[in-house]
Amino acid sequence: MSKRLFSIVALLVIASMALSACGAPAAGGGDTIKIAVLAPLSGPVPTFGVSTRDGALLAIEEWNAKGGVLGKQIEAVVEDSQCTADPAVNAANKVIDQDKVHYIVGEVCSKASIPVSEIAEQKGVVQISPTSTNPSVTINPDGSTKGYIFRACFIDPFQGLVMAKFALGQGKTTAFIMFDQGNDYVLGLAEAFEEAFVAGGGTVVGKESYTAQDTDFSAILTKVADSQAEVLFLPDYYNIVNLVAAQAKERGVTAAIMGGDGWDSSDLDLAAAEGGFFSNHYSAEDTRAVVQDWVKRYEAKYGAKPDALATLAYDATNLLIAAIEKAGKDDPAAVKDALAALQYEAVSGTITFDAQHNPIKSAVVMQVKDGKVVFAESIAP
Amino acid sequence: MNPTTPSLVQQVIQKRWLGKAFILLLTLLAAWRIVTALLENPTLFLQQVVNGLQLGFVYALIALGYTMVYGIVRLINFAHGDVFMVGAFVSYYSITRFQLHTWLARLAPGLPEGVVLVIGALTVMAVSMAACAILAIVIERVAYKPLRNAPRISALITAIGVSFFLEYFAALQFVFSPNFITYKRPIQVVTWAISPNGITTLGGGNAPPEGSILFSNIALIIILTSIALMLGLQFIVKQTRIGKAMRTVAYDKQTARLMGINADAIISITFAIGAALAGAAGMLYAIAFPQIFFWMGIIPGLKAFVAAVLGGIGSIPGAFIGALIMGQAEVLSAAYISTPLRDAIAFSILIIVLLVRPTGIFGEPEREKA
Amino acid sequence: MNKMSKSTLWFLGGSLLVYVVLQTLVSTGLLNSFWNTIIRLGGVMVIVSIGLNLIYGINGQFSLGQWGFYAIGAYAAADVTYRWSVNKSADGLVVLMLATTLSAIAILWLHKRLSKVRGLDSLSAFTIYLTATVLLSALSVQIGMALTPVITSLLTALPAAIAMQIVYLLAVLFSAVLAAEISYLFGLPILALGSDYFGIATLGFTIIVKILLDNSDSLLGFVEMKGARGMVGIPKLTSLFWVFIFIVAVVIVTRNLLRSSYGRAILSVREDEIAAKAMGIDIAEYKVIAFVLGSFFAGLAGGLYAHINGFLHPDTFNFIKSFDPMIVIVFGGLGSITGTVFASFAWALVLEGVLRLFLPEGFETWRFVVYPLLLLIIMLLRPKGILGDFEIPFLRQVLPQPRKKEQNTPAEANA
Repeated sequence: MSKRLFSIVALLVIASMALSACGAPAAGGGDTIKIAVLAPLSGPVPTFGVSTRDGALLAIEEWNAKGGVLGKQIEAVVEDSQCTADPAVNAANKVIDQDKVHYIVGEVCSKASIPVSEIAEQKGVVQISPTSTNPSVTINPDGSTKGYIFRACFIDPFQGLVMAKFALGQGKTTAFIMFDQGNDYVLGLAEAFEEAFVAGGGTVVGKESYTAQDTDFSAILTKVADSQAEVLFLPDYYNIVNLVAAQAKERGVTAAIMGGDGWDSSDLDLAAAEGGFFSNHYSAEDTRAVVQDWVKRYEAKYGAKPDALATLAYDATNLLIAAIEKAGKDDPAAVKDALAALQYEAVSGTITFDAQHNPIKSAVVMQVKDGKVVFAESIAP
Repeated sequence: MNPTTPSLVQQVIQKRWLGKAFILLLTLLAAWRIVTALLENPTLFLQQVVNGLQLGFVYALIALGYTMVYGIVRLINFAHGDVFMVGAFVSYYSITRFQLHTWLARLAPGLPEGVVLVIGALTVMAVSMAACAILAIVIERVAYKPLRNAPRISALITAIGVSFFLEYFAALQFVFSPNFITYKRPIQVVTWAISPNGITTLGGGNAPPEGSILFSNIALIIILTSIALMLGLQFIVKQTRIGKAMRTVAYDKQTARLMGINADAIISITFAIGAALAGAAGMLYAIAFPQIFFWMGIIPGLKAFVAAVLGGIGSIPGAFIGALIMGQAEVLSAAYISTPLRDAIAFSILIIVLLVRPTGIFGEPEREKA
Repeated sequence: MNKMSKSTLWFLGGSLLVYVVLQTLVSTGLLNSFWNTIIRLGGVMVIVSIGLNLIYGINGQFSLGQWGFYAIGAYAAADVTYRWSVNKSADGLVVLMLATTLSAIAILWLHKRLSKVRGLDSLSAFTIYLTATVLLSALSVQIGMALTPVITSLLTALPAAIAMQIVYLLAVLFSAVLAAEISYLFGLPILALGSDYFGIATLGFTIIVKILLDNSDSLLGFVEMKGARGMVGIPKLTSLFWVFIFIVAVVIVTRNLLRSSYGRAILSVREDEIAAKAMGIDIAEYKVIAFVLGSFFAGLAGGLYAHINGFLHPDTFNFIKSFDPMIVIVFGGLGSITGTVFASFAWALVLEGVLRLFLPEGFETWRFVVYPLLLLIIMLLRPKGILGDFEIPFLRQVLPQPRKKEQNTPAEANA
């Protein structure tokens, strides 16, 4: 029995190694262009992974319907990267070495994107992360920019600045900040907000952290209520916002809750978040054709409104393919240069990249009002 | 070790003063923080205690199931948290898909709303309890029963396997989907602001009156249900024939068989009751924190398990007390010591309690090398 | 021993052969970095799991703290090499070496003294040890900072690559010592607990370590660890070669330990504590030995792991993953070293390699549905692990012949 099991496992492993060895030459120089999508389809946040995958696949499908890029069809290689370093590295190695992919869209989480970016940079593969906000994704530890790595989202400081400006503009002078100690997206936004808010003359009356697994925020919210802050800054994803906002009402918190683009989701609990504000890349009411088309097509295909993750994955994939088209050849070195110099009309705004490969785009502030998300103010970079 | 005063050194050693002093120091540090907080703002402190109480009762609901299964089978049932998750989802679907919480209104339209809601909510709870019990019996038959005579660790590993399976199977798009789902509460939240001047109801978005303590109907429901379930469980285990059989099986499976007890059936029933408690807990948890997703069972499950260990695993009142301590530890350390460290502090308390009482607060001394 | 036995030669020859074959495949590019990384991660898992097997499989202590010590080893080693390669300073190395050495001396000295004191409870002993090590660590930071310039200039005099390797090796080894010392301090009071309570206390330890790492920049003051943002800039130095060297070393150490009287004593604690006590075996002592050595291996593996991807994040040391080595040793067969080695590689290759390649397109979300099913099926078919208690000849336990009747049946069967 044990020998049989042993031999089955051994056989499987050898077979897959052999497969990879044989598969390699056939894959190179085919008549498709392969793009890998690394998404956390398992692990704690598969819902983000599924959105990201769906957004990216829709972009690829649209290009293919238009005849592909450089006269070739685009083939998507989806891998599960679990929002964790090791599986993400394995997934990246797999798509680069086994599938001979030259372009990667992903990962969602910074903690997975950073190790992937090091591999991509070393092997000369263009990587564009839709949603990883940590500066280390595109910047080496010595401060230089990684040539092959880009991102499609804001980096934290800008959104924090926008919301601080907005809060101050609304005449609010005291703020309470809540942040997830284990999420660099939230941490970065919280820090940027605090800095800008204090610099603009506001006071931060309290700062408390929690973890992504927490569901009971009563201790912190009681403190918030007690501090009588005018703003509760909560720059987390919608799932945490739903929980906190619902409990805040029960704890007598009267502060206006504000946050970042993580709020953008059809699953945001509008009743709980009533009266809240958040910064976003675009407004679904935006009349630009590209936005309207995107929302319509996504709804037609997946039967739900796109959230921020789907939108950014869609944009990232489009940016990448547009850069391949602009470069005129299937060569990562040329594509990275094309991407760095690209100006593209994306759903989340007209995007150009700065020297550190972060997109430059303007932000809007949205408000949750009467059970709807409405446009409140536009703030330029 | 100082040769001039041997008697003192000996005393220090014999009375274990050094270790005691160390623990006392830690306790005093925490107590000092809490007492100063209490003096500084008594209302705020009381509010935090109430918060902790609510959380503690939520943990108690889950901990009861853990402690019961462990007490009888000596298995750390890691899948318990995931059964709890399934319970939450079953109640969610019975509310949204089948409108089960208002069935009485459809049957007899004239009834007062309160009665309809109470009976409706109880029906939903019964449905999720039943679903979880069936699930647990299936799990027990498939994954644990074949391993009853294997090393205990094998069953633990399959429990972990079952837990992974339930999570990721639930996360598939066509099962429960990987999304965070906002739970539709069958009952509306009413928050009361209790102050010396009387009780007022908190309206949406208004600040509560100065110096009042907030308490919601949800908290009340959770506290009442968990006390009822604990008493019910205590009754089953201590007073009924099945309970007697359970205790016998827990004490010695072989002998129980010789006495004509169907040990396999008793173990199945144990799992079913434990899972039914998890199902009820899942629903109440989702009402308290209205968001459900496939991963939701892990952390509450872990904390409840720790609570059960703290109270002495296997003991039903122990699980209850342990859960209340965990709730207070978490909320008070978040409020007055450090939010980033709140879980670390909760676990440190567990370790310190185990050092002082190696089998938990209400635990019996270990009978065998398990 | 002048002459090595046949089985030893077979073992050494066999491992050399495996290494040479793999290295050739890697060097010629036949085995790409996808497989290379998986094999190295599997190798790290071998070391962690052997450590855990020593604690649980062989000594019978149900520990879930292995992952915490793994984390400590990883972060400590990474910090040292980071300071060397980025800050160009040996301060991390000097302080770590000084602190661990001084603490080791203090622990050994105190141990000798305290074991003579009758009736000293473990908690009091713990307090004494803790005070001593904390004081010494503070002292070594002071001394270490003073010594740093000298050591740094000494090391910079060497060729950069060699200096880097030296720093790396010392970092990995002394981080393991650090993990072992922490495990000694922690294990002292905790090991007296009964098996499941011990398990939960160690699980608590893992969770506390993870929370501290989440706040490593703010609470612990190690800015370069960047807390929950993840530590970047760790040199990627763990090659196939080092992984293999350490696996072989760990296997040999474990085997020799198990064949010594210490090893038999450790085994006897698992089999029957009361009987062992009656035979005059100091149970507490042997529990500590197994626990400390197992944690040493965990720290070692952590140090190796940190230098594979060059990136560390506290989430890697999440308690859910702390079950992985437990799964591996049960898979491989409790107490079986051969089984552990085999199961670690099989686990890594199947989960990350085979399942990635063989699941059809569109079924990526099914990977973690299939994995627990595999786990369940194997567990139900082979409740004592894939290889049961099979060992290659080199690792076979030599017990006194007449009493060989009941070897290797885990004590808690049918508990």
